[in-house]
Amino acid sequence: MRTDFAFVGVMLVTAALLMGVTLVAASLLRPKKPSKAKLETYECGMETVGDTWVQFRVQYYILALVFVLFDIEAILLFPIAVAFNSLTFFAVANVILFIVVLLIALLYAWRKGALDWE
Amino acid sequence: MNFINDLLKIIGDFIAGIINSIFGFSPFLADLVTMGLAAVILCTFAALSFMGLTYVERKVVARIQDRVGPNQAGPLGLLQPIADGIKMFTKEDTTPAAADRWVYNLAPLVIAVFALTTYAVLPFAPDVVGTNLNVGVFYIIAVGSGSIVAIIMAGWGSNNKYALLGAFRTVAQLVGYEVPMLLNVLPVVMLAGSMSLVDIINQQTTLNGNPGIPFIVFFPLSALVFLISGIAETARSPFDLLEAESEIVAGFHVEYSGMKFALFFLGEYVNALAVAFVFSTLFLGGYAGPVLPPYIWLLLKAAAVFFVFMWLRGTLPRIRVDQMHNMNWKFFVPVSIVHLVVVMALLKLFVTNPAMAQANGGILVTPGVQAAILFTASMLILIGSLMIAARRARIMRLQEEAVLEQRRAENIAAVSA
Repeated sequence: MRTDFAFVGVMLVTAALLMGVTLVAASLLRPKKPSKAKLETYECGMETVGDTWVQFRVQYYILALVFVLFDIEAILLFPIAVAFNSLTFFAVANVILFIVVLLIALLYAWRKGALDWE
Repeated sequence: MNFINDLLKIIGDFIAGIINSIFGFSPFLADLVTMGLAAVILCTFAALSFMGLTYVERKVVARIQDRVGPNQAGPLGLLQPIADGIKMFTKEDTTPAAADRWVYNLAPLVIAVFALTTYAVLPFAPDVVGTNLNVGVFYIIAVGSGSIVAIIMAGWGSNNKYALLGAFRTVAQLVGYEVPMLLNVLPVVMLAGSMSLVDIINQQTTLNGNPGIPFIVFFPLSALVFLISGIAETARSPFDLLEAESEIVAGFHVEYSGMKFALFFLGEYVNALAVAFVFSTLFLGGYAGPVLPPYIWLLLKAAAVFFVFMWLRGTLPRIRVDQMHNMNWKFFVPVSIVHLVVVMALLKLFVTNPAMAQANGGILVTPGVQAAILFTASMLILIGSLMIAARRARIMRLQEEAVLEQRRAENIAAVSA
């Protein structure tokens, strides 16, 4: 069990090292002639006006909230799915009830227009 | 024949044996070195397949669109990936003066590392797997969403309006399509009774008294939704609106050039190939198959799935943002939830294990009958939901046309008056 996850750690370190080496190698090989015009922020040839922090749509925020709801649902359902074969019929009926409540929540959000993108 | 079948495992044992006998490491160090070598091999495999795939994809898409594709570098343009690599290595790399240096420079590294780490749990043949985690599927989805972090880092760090807009779009898309992906992995986990990819493949082989039916027969709807959300997760065409050139130039990687851009590209392709591998493992039986050696079977299946990706890229136009969100939240998610509920009920009603039937009740059937029942139910849900969607779309279209008609009539009245 411990060594199972040790490989994930080794994999992370190895991948980071390999990719880091390519970045360093490229930085040694490539030419480096910066000029003021090159280092400007790209905006189709125009000079940038104002702050980068443009106002973003509120829909992103609402969709993120709906996403959190369903992500947590999935986290709750995965252990149930693994133990599914040993569950009784009554337990499964309870789980189905839980999912149906979430489905109703989704339909409510839909009805309220939270999922609309105009 | 056995030697060819177990080729990968024999090579692995051979290398591990050499390391142990020559260097005489302590068990801990020997473990570490073996794992390190396996990790290097997996990363190299992913990077090399990235190089190959760029060439194959350009050729295939060119064929679909009646073009020739790369044909200058080497015979048939076969050296094109190497030429691209040399160019990427020697290209000047500019960091905009306004960029947030740390975040900007780390983003490509993060996306490439997370993409490569996915390969740690993919089984290539019996006993040939980086590590057989008991939460394999969950691990892949968790690590796969690491690219979201990298993309928001790139968008923020570039300090560029287009990059930030692209990053917002991307995060909304990737985060959204994770939900149907998770919901459609659940039926597979339920039937296999495990999240480990090795166990899931074993359930689809004829070993241990299993029927050897690939899970796509049990859950065709899940397979379809998983495939499409996989394409959206890896932001490939037709879901590549995060890099819509005509609207936001190139999205989150507009300020990147040279090797850093190449790493973004690598992350994208490696993720797409990982989705192809995971799809063939979950639904097509992974390395299981007759006659040919197991790793060849896995590569063939993954290649077939990746060909579907290229095919879609060559034929479909990019979809709009609202269409993308509607498809996810108003079609995939509700349909997946309904499918999940039906599958749960059917799996409890029709059981294949006699002991289970004794303990919990339910009707005892053979695996083939169970598969037939689940297949029919899935298809009914799919056809029914498509019919409902088509009806709704027709009603909405008629309403829109009525509004337009009314406006036209008003205009004519105003002009004549």
